[in-house]
Amino acid sequence: MATHKALWKVPMFKFFFTPKGVRGLATFQHACSPKVCIVGGGPAGFYTAQHLVKTRPDVEVDIYERLPVPFGLVRFGVAPDHPEVKNVMNTFTQTAQHARCSFHGNVRVGKDVTVQELQESYHAVVLSYGAEGNRNMGVPGEDLDGVYSAKDFVGWYNGLPRNRHLRPDLSCETAVVLGQGNVALDVARILLSPVDILKKTDITQPALDAVSKSSVRRVLIVGRRGPLQVACTIKELREMVNLPGTRPEMVVSEFDGIAEKLKALPRPRKRLTELLLKAAVETPGEKELERLKSDKQAWGFRFFRSPVEVLPSADHTRVAGIRLAVNRLVGEGEGARAEATGEVEDMECGLVVSSIGYKSLAIDPVVPFDSRKDVIPNTMGRVQNAAGLYCSGWVKRGPTGVIATTMNDSFDTARTLLHDMDKGILDISTAKPGSQGVAALLHKRGVKPVSFSDWEKIDIEETRRGEARGKPREKLLDVGEMLQVAWA
Amino acid sequence: MSLVTLTRRLLNLSAQGSPLRRSAFVLASDTAGLKRCSLPGQLQACCTRQRNVSTSTQPLRADSKVTINFINRDGEKITAKGSPGESLLDVVINQDLDFDGFGACEGTLACSTCHLIFDEDVYKKLGPVTDEEMDMLDLAYGLTDTSRLGCQICLTRSLDGITARVPDSVTDIRQSEDVSS
Repeated sequence: MATHKALWKVPMFKFFFTPKGVRGLATFQHACSPKVCIVGGGPAGFYTAQHLVKTRPDVEVDIYERLPVPFGLVRFGVAPDHPEVKNVMNTFTQTAQHARCSFHGNVRVGKDVTVQELQESYHAVVLSYGAEGNRNMGVPGEDLDGVYSAKDFVGWYNGLPRNRHLRPDLSCETAVVLGQGNVALDVARILLSPVDILKKTDITQPALDAVSKSSVRRVLIVGRRGPLQVACTIKELREMVNLPGTRPEMVVSEFDGIAEKLKALPRPRKRLTELLLKAAVETPGEKELERLKSDKQAWGFRFFRSPVEVLPSADHTRVAGIRLAVNRLVGEGEGARAEATGEVEDMECGLVVSSIGYKSLAIDPVVPFDSRKDVIPNTMGRVQNAAGLYCSGWVKRGPTGVIATTMNDSFDTARTLLHDMDKGILDISTAKPGSQGVAALLHKRGVKPVSFSDWEKIDIEETRRGEARGKPREKLLDVGEMLQVAWA
Repeated sequence: MSLVTLTRRLLNLSAQGSPLRRSAFVLASDTAGLKRCSLPGQLQACCTRQRNVSTSTQPLRADSKVTINFINRDGEKITAKGSPGESLLDVVINQDLDFDGFGACEGTLACSTCHLIFDEDVYKKLGPVTDEEMDMLDLAYGLTDTSRLGCQICLTRSLDGITARVPDSVTDIRQSEDVSS
């Protein structure tokens, strides 16, 4: 299989990534070569693997992923209308097809194989499994029908198998999104985007059907602090501002005093705030006014508000509104704190999506975990007090940042690991069995991994189904079906 | 199997043109609001420029090439040549320059990994910056007043001999905070 991979890729993929090891197939599968295992097949895992195989010509890397399909949040997190961001999958594919890198999907680390068993087979284990938990609001009514975490909502429209049965009720007019980060804006944008745009993306068909029938016309995006503290980035804000058929609906008084503070802000925050002010306060030109009049939908930020309670409908079956505490800001700038004034207000809505952050979960008792910060305690990617364990991505530094953040962070961890190999901090003197050792365990336990070429069969099938609908891809939603296609 | 996938993907994405063209560049041409690099009197978009992946076809005379000096993350100077109409990202890719992680979104203005820093006099020659490029630059590591994205800079004769510095990636404030915590 390695030969087959190596043959075609050299001339076709000469950019970004020179597969140095491919040249000499003799370097492949050396008994004494350093073996590294990566837990999690998302961007952190792939970028860590990329840097390892590229920098050190003898290292062998295996990526283990719980699902049969690779790429993690690039597949299941990045919004369907952001196909450009998904171009990173091309680079990940090259990494996976590198002679010294292998992908093993459908393997649950912590269940099918323990981290300790991985450590017995590999010289180093890198934990890159991301943040699959979400922060709860911790308010009464959170469990009512019509209240979703953004993580589940995003998972639903992006085809995450565990969220396929979410089927959110979109029959209301107003939706409230709690949180003002990029995920919150993704959710708002998907709720309000013209179906003609969405139908050309890889949004799942059930989600597309639901959104086409949606009655949601107004999305309010609520944050506990003020306009100077919004967590979204400017690209996502600009998309909201330019969203066809949708006008901004802000509360002008919430922007009091903001214009005066612009001058002292660093460039990114300044440009973001200027755009925000333009959408909120500025009187639009004639042409823009014409467009706004015809827009039937609206979106808006609501600042200085924290959820207190999700209010039930008269029959107590589902959400009918949300009670918000009114805050004031203590302090200035990025570090300003929200403090409750004691005042509350109710907001009517039929859908609540809480987008107040993801969080990492502990995977295995042998891996140290900081349950206050929800990360693996580490120094530059070295897991504290655990020789041979490393971490990268969200589980290392918390669930923030764009893909380039994770890329740099993963390269850093790879550098640390390579440094430790070079300096003898990490013992690579004894031979380890690598994937062969793990394969034997998995076989004994009746677990059959999905290889990268198996995934490519899924990829072909999804692309084929997408073509029939004029979409780049129609994702398989069921793990059983994925496995069936993979092993067909 | 892999070859089939690849060919299929490229065929899908190439709405108009050679199936061998990189998918990213085709996507770029479809994305509204992107800057179009244009050569004087020629109006040729560098991002949509047809290119053969093979390096053997070089129809342009050697003297029409534009020389670019890159300073990589280790401070080493690397001299490369590109053709007018290509972007700086194209040069990095076509010349196989090893800047790890460079051009992650493949020139579609969806990341800031092709961030380059210029001297002020060179920066002024590079032409206007779109809002969309500025938006991405705002997320770049080590942003300076003379930063640009390599994918948005189109080679012209007047840029011959310029120097572009690849910023050091290990300057993220959040990471240093992490280490200290």
